[in-house]
This record gives sequence, C-alpha cells and structure tokens, in this order.
Amino acid sequence: MDLSAINPAVLIASLMVAAVPIMLAATGELVVEKAGVLNLGVEGMMIMGAVCGLAIAVEAESPVLGFVAAAAGGAALSLIFAFLTQVLLANQVATGLALTLFGLGLSSLIGQGYVGIKPPPTPRLDFGPLTDIPVLGTILFRHDPVVYLSVLIIAAVWALLKFTRAGLILRAVGENHDAAHALGYKVQRIRLAAILFGGAMAGLGGAYISLVRVPQWTDGITAGAGWIALAIVVFASWKPWRILLGAYLFGGITVLQLNLQAAGARIPIEYLSMSPYLITILVLVIMSADRGRAALNAPAALGRNFHASR
Amino acid sequence: MFILEKRPTPSRFWMAATPILAVILTMIAGGLMFAILGKDPFVAIRTIFWDPLFDPQFASYSRPQLLVKAGPLILIAIGLSLGFRAGIWNIGAEGQYIMGAIFGAAAGLAFYPSENRLIFPLMVAAGAFGGWVWAMIPAILRTRFRTNEILVSLLLVYVAQSLLASMALGALRSPDGGGFPGSRNLSQWATSANPELIVGTGMHWGVVTAFIAVIASYILLQRHILGFQIRLAGEAPRAARFAGVNPNRLVVLCLGVSGALAGLAGLFEVTGPAGQISIDFNSGYGFTAIIVAFLGRLNPIGILLAGLLMALTYIGGELAQFMLGLPSAAIQAFQGMLLFFLLAVDMLGNYRIRLGFGRAA
Repeated sequence: MDLSAINPAVLIASLMVAAVPIMLAATGELVVEKAGVLNLGVEGMMIMGAVCGLAIAVEAESPVLGFVAAAAGGAALSLIFAFLTQVLLANQVATGLALTLFGLGLSSLIGQGYVGIKPPPTPRLDFGPLTDIPVLGTILFRHDPVVYLSVLIIAAVWALLKFTRAGLILRAVGENHDAAHALGYKVQRIRLAAILFGGAMAGLGGAYISLVRVPQWTDGITAGAGWIALAIVVFASWKPWRILLGAYLFGGITVLQLNLQAAGARIPIEYLSMSPYLITILVLVIMSADRGRAALNAPAALGRNFHASR
Repeated sequence: MFILEKRPTPSRFWMAATPILAVILTMIAGGLMFAILGKDPFVAIRTIFWDPLFDPQFASYSRPQLLVKAGPLILIAIGLSLGFRAGIWNIGAEGQYIMGAIFGAAAGLAFYPSENRLIFPLMVAAGAFGGWVWAMIPAILRTRFRTNEILVSLLLVYVAQSLLASMALGALRSPDGGGFPGSRNLSQWATSANPELIVGTGMHWGVVTAFIAVIASYILLQRHILGFQIRLAGEAPRAARFAGVNPNRLVVLCLGVSGALAGLAGLFEVTGPAGQISIDFNSGYGFTAIIVAFLGRLNPIGILLAGLLMALTYIGGELAQFMLGLPSAAIQAFQGMLLFFLLAVDMLGNYRIRLGFGRAA
C-alpha cells in the first residue's frame, strides 16, 4: 500500500465535495425536526431529487435547471408526506418509510431511460488568481457553486432559527404545538412549510450525487446517504453548525476509504465500503450514551401529530 | 371544509375495511401510472391480480409461486408486527434476512459434502441465530445507550449487504464455481435442500414455518401476558410503565423475535428458491414485509392475507413484465403506493369526517 499517493490537500478538497449531499439533506431535515416532524423519507426524497435533477439536466442541457428540478422533485414527494401526516394524521414513522420505498421504486422507473447517460458538467466557480494559492487554493477555491451554497444555507438556517421571529415560531411549534396553537400560530401550515423545505434540500442533495459526484444514473444511487443524513441530525444535536462538522467527518471517512481502496490497502473493499455506516452507528451510540444531552436538545414534540380538537 | 373529529373508540368496521379500500385506491392510482407508461390499465391490473391465479396458461406455474413468495414475506412481517405494535421500529429486517442466510449457509457448507439428517436442522438454527444476532445489535444499543433503533437497524442493512458481497466473493465462494461469485448450490445438495414438500403447491419448510409463526403470534397476542404487554406498551406507554412492563425487556424480545424470524426466512430462501448465496440473492423481502405488516393491520391473520396479496403483486408484476413489458420498477412503485393509501385511509378508523365550517378549533 502506498499512502504517499494520497495528497492531503486534494483529500480535504474532495471530502468537502463528498460531504455536500448529506449536508444539504441533513440541514433540511434539521428544520423539519425543529418544527416537530420526523420525516424518515429523506432517502426517498434524495433519490427522487437525484433522478429528477439528472433527467432535467440532460433534457435541458443545463445543470442549474437540473438542480431546480431536483429541489422541486424532492419537495413534491415531501408534499405527499405533509398531506398524510398533517392533514390525515398518519403515523410519521410509517409514512416516512413509505416515502422511501415509493421514492426508490419511482426513481428507478423514471431513471430507466437515463442509465449510462452523462449529465452536462457543473462548472466550477471562478475565483481567478485565488485558485492558484498552493494548498489553500486547492482546498477552498476549486469547487462548484453548490459546495459554497450548502455552507451558506447552513449559515442562513442558523441565523433564521437563532435571530428571527420566524425561527422562534418554528421552534415553538416543534417544542409544544398545543401552546403554539393557543398563541394563534397555524401549526399545520408552519409544519407544511418546514416539510417542503426539507424535501427541497434533500432533493438538492440527491441531485448533487447524480450530477456532480457520480455523475450518472444507477438504481439506488444514494446508497443510504439519506439515512446517514438523519443520523447526522442526531449527531449535531439539532444545532446547524454541527451539521457542517458531522457532514465533513462523514465526507472524510467516505473519501478516505475510497482513497485506501485506490491505494490498494490490504483490507478487502467490502469491509472498507461498510465503514461509513459502521462509524455512523458508532457516533450515534456515543451521542446517545451521553445521558441527557441528546434528550435535552431534541424538539419536545418530535414525531407527535397535532390535532386541534381541544 | 372537512373537519376530522376523533372517535371515542376506533371503529371496528373501518379497521377491517381500510385495507380493502387502500387496495382499491392503489389499483386506481396504479392504473393511472400504467396508463402514463403507455399500457392499457385494465389489461395491466388484470395481468397482475387475475392472470397469475386463473389464467389457464400461467396459473399452473404461478399458483405455487404464490406460497413461495408469500412465505418469507409473512414470516418477516409477523416478527415486525410485534415490534411495531409496541412502538419498536425494526426496519432492518433485510439485513437480518441476509445474515440469517449467511449464517445458515455457512453452517451447512462447513459439513459439505457429508450427509447427515441433522445438518439441515442445524442450518435452520444457525439461520435463526444469525438474524437474532444482527437484531440484537440495535436492541442492545437501544437498551444500554438509548440509541435510536430505527437508524441503527437500517444502517446495518448496508453493512449486511457489504458482508454478503464479501462472502459471495470470498469465504463462501464455491471452490468448483470456476471463480464466479456465489456459493455452492444448496438446493441441489440433498442434505441442505429445502424442497417443495407437496408437489405443485410451492409449500416448503419456510412456508410451514410462516404458518406456525402466524398461529403462534395469534396466540401470543390474544392469550398470553407478553402479548398483552406488547399491545399495552404501544397503545398506552404510561399505563404500561405503571403496570410494571419492563420496556427494555420488550425491546430485546421484539427485536430478537423479528430478527430470528427474518433470519429463518433468509435461510429457507437461500436453501430453496434462491438456491445459493450470491451477491444479490435477497430480493428486498425485508422491506416489502414492512408494507405487509401494515397492510395486515399488524394482525397475524391480516398479515397472512396481506402476504398472499403482496406475493401476488410480485408474481403478477413478473408476468406483466414478461407479457406487457411493464418495468419491474413500476411494481415497486405500485407497492410503495399501496402503503401510502393504506396510511391515508387509516385515519377513518380513528376519526370521523364531518362537513361544515365549525368554529375555529
């Protein structure tokens, strides 16, 4: 095995790229969970975004339109979830699972015509001379716009939740929907908006996989990224900036194991490729073992349906 | 404007009627989907739901397949339903199914090519053990560290799939396979084979086990204190605590039983219909079983019927793929749709729909 073949600057740059899909999806899910809704359909919404993004990007020959379509596709699927859980008061866990099962089937149905087609490349953002700074240039200034956008979205969500009235209302709905309802806030409407945002973010994350990371269509392309995003929300204990940390951590592991595979490590490929999932489980255990912390930060009304009968 | 009004007690009529309503709605929506795909919706629905059973040309082949496909679905769904009733969400049955198959096949192949009547029972035990071990991971993490069992059990599916690939390419690869991935064919080795017990019915040991599981789970839920505790924990967690139900014990029990049953399903599949450990012998039964469990309203008898219906969509789907060129993904989406409609109409049992502009509630 030749470890010197791994260039640290390139490694960091590629971990930033690898982290983008889960970062986007996890940010969306954070907002959803802050509103007190547990949407387990992230995987399904991501893969719908992946296939919609690819299909539109290929048809319109524009990656930008692809990303827009991906957000719309993810949001459309999440609308089903919102209708079932908010209007028909269905169980959120079961509905989320249904969303994933349905999304996997529908995406492979749509994706059939696009197997093996390469989408138009997403251009890098041009930073001019900054790109040529030796190490820093490689790490920071040679990415496509979505990498920066994902960080900006985290900052925006953080600011929204911490400083604005809208953020306060969103958190109130998630902590105690009866109290929020008594104050006159439209619980269902606020949750609907949060769910749609979560769907759009998951769709964007999925499209980043099919348009930039892989870039082509195969069935089940997201390979559990949606579930890892759900785990990262727990890891982040519902704090936006920690999602950045969590996503980079998992991006790092993914990229490292890919690099080890390429460098010809002695460990069989199958064991390397299961490592991101194992480490996700390990991190979940560490976070939840810390008595109180996870429980204190979780929105109090998480997963509970609201019915204004009283 | 429609207003939902909570019923004082769930309606028994709607509890039984909602699955049927959901199936009808799914047929309508599925028909629309098939029409969009350019197939005649009526022909497609008939090919999926009617032809496998009654068409003179296909029925002789398809009818036995019904039990072959329903067996693992029912077996897994029975296990899952216990946990779902208690609010314990094991959604990683696919992983437990794979591990059961790997453990069972490994136990049998260790004795290849000797012939002994005890090997098959040993493989069955190893299969159940494999699924149980895989389910114990989320169970112990949940009881010891309060880790969310939904995420852990699901993430372990991906780990199990990697392990399966590694086994099919490495440790369990057939030495006589000429380097191709996949184990020896277990269904052709008399000692480990899980054959059709009654010719022309599709009945194999897995189906027998599934029927036993249905009966056992019915008795457990209706007649045994454990079943009462499971139902109580799901319907009124606070009351369950006061009644002295140990939640950790329930978690270990429910996950353990569902894991063991999923492992058994995997073992019977790999020794029978699938025949060998290969990279993709698992056909997503672990996930479809979630739909079966809900479609059967988490009730053993309901699950039996739901399993048969879902098996029919698999067989009919294959037939439609063959006859009409309907893509297999369309059937997967169709099955997902069924779960949606089921959850959507589920509220009819607990709520009454009222017309009117009631006061701002």
